[in-house]
Amino acid sequence: MSKKRVVHYINQFFAGIGGEEKADIKPEIREGVVGPGMALNAAMKEEAEIVATVICGDSYFNENVEEAKAAIIEMIKGYNPDLFIAGPAFNAGRYGVACGTIGKAVADELQIPVLSGMYIENPGADMFKKSIYIVQTGDSAATMRKAVPDMSALALKMLRGEEIGSPEADKYISRGIRRNYFAQDRGSKRAVDMLLKKLKGEEFVTEYPMPDFDRVEPNPAVKDLTKSKIALVTSGGIVPKNNPDRIESSSASKYGEYDISGFNDLTEADHETAHGGYDPVYANIDPDRVLPVDVLRDLEKEGAIGELYKYFYTTVGNGTSVANSKAFAADFAKKLKADGVDAVILTST
Amino acid sequence: MVKEVERAGIPVVHICTVVPISLTVGANRIVPAIAIPHPLGNPALDANEEKNLRRKIVMKSLEALTTEVDGQTVFE
Repeated sequence: MSKKRVVHYINQFFAGIGGEEKADIKPEIREGVVGPGMALNAAMKEEAEIVATVICGDSYFNENVEEAKAAIIEMIKGYNPDLFIAGPAFNAGRYGVACGTIGKAVADELQIPVLSGMYIENPGADMFKKSIYIVQTGDSAATMRKAVPDMSALALKMLRGEEIGSPEADKYISRGIRRNYFAQDRGSKRAVDMLLKKLKGEEFVTEYPMPDFDRVEPNPAVKDLTKSKIALVTSGGIVPKNNPDRIESSSASKYGEYDISGFNDLTEADHETAHGGYDPVYANIDPDRVLPVDVLRDLEKEGAIGELYKYFYTTVGNGTSVANSKAFAADFAKKLKADGVDAVILTST
Repeated sequence: MVKEVERAGIPVVHICTVVPISLTVGANRIVPAIAIPHPLGNPALDANEEKNLRRKIVMKSLEALTTEVDGQTVFE
């Protein structure tokens, strides 16, 4: 039996070309395996082999999505693959989004099975889990040794045309697909069995997990605005001119704390947006359109609010992981609390 | 971020353009904004009108902060 043909997609980093400074490289295709493809190839043994590897810079892909997609599809076509594997991207945001985007494009246009691998919080996972199979990996390349067998096992199933099992069985991120099946016992018995287990304090598995929204109860309202210290926070990426702390335009790894005590109005001359996920023209001309310092300063002078807090906190919400956002806010919320801030206005683009 | 601020015990209002996202994320006090690239502005207006518009949205958010809410509330 001849081996099935696989084309593999990786970024500049996994190709060994370079890090962020090489993230703008255009797509290229090389014969055979490069980087993590070696381990995937070994795991697929005699059944399949990686015949070619596409390499593309993460920034290039995300900033030139249409061109990159079209060029890569053309490159892949020539190799006539039976399967396309992208990644694994672990928790690399732009890489994950690139893997998902190109994976979906290949599935749609070349009509072949597609597989990727990502950490559950990679924004690419949420964006593309419904479109393609994404094996759930750890959050860094240190977990490659676990990712490779999981991905190659699912890859071989797809190549053999076998039925794909549940997300738990085949270790991929749930695609939100429900499948009917005949259960051994009727529903009422299953429900009572579950209840009995629960009463006995034993482990049981629900048949209908509730989505986990992690709600937080609202705090009591502010009693007297005229005595309140109000702070401004934004995910819209407003920063002092020239972005001194280099907050990333997407998938931010940090937040900024900036003093606005000397400003009555934000202008083009002193502030701008670092956000790469929306047209920055309007916010750059008048940053108050995202962070309303001018109005709050007026209200402070009029005595409608007690005080506008000295600092504002800012990050770029574009593709930034839930874990990062939580960590940023948990961190600056402590400072706000310590400084006696009574309420926060948080703006999002 | 909204939730973490709330969790820290500070009342917070979320001014955002895409209200469904804010609802999904779990903000409790929500004030709808104008547009993604200019949530608190409208470049089609002259400077005074635009600032008035911004003031209206900020006033709405202050009203939200001084209103007791029982779960998620959108202040239209």
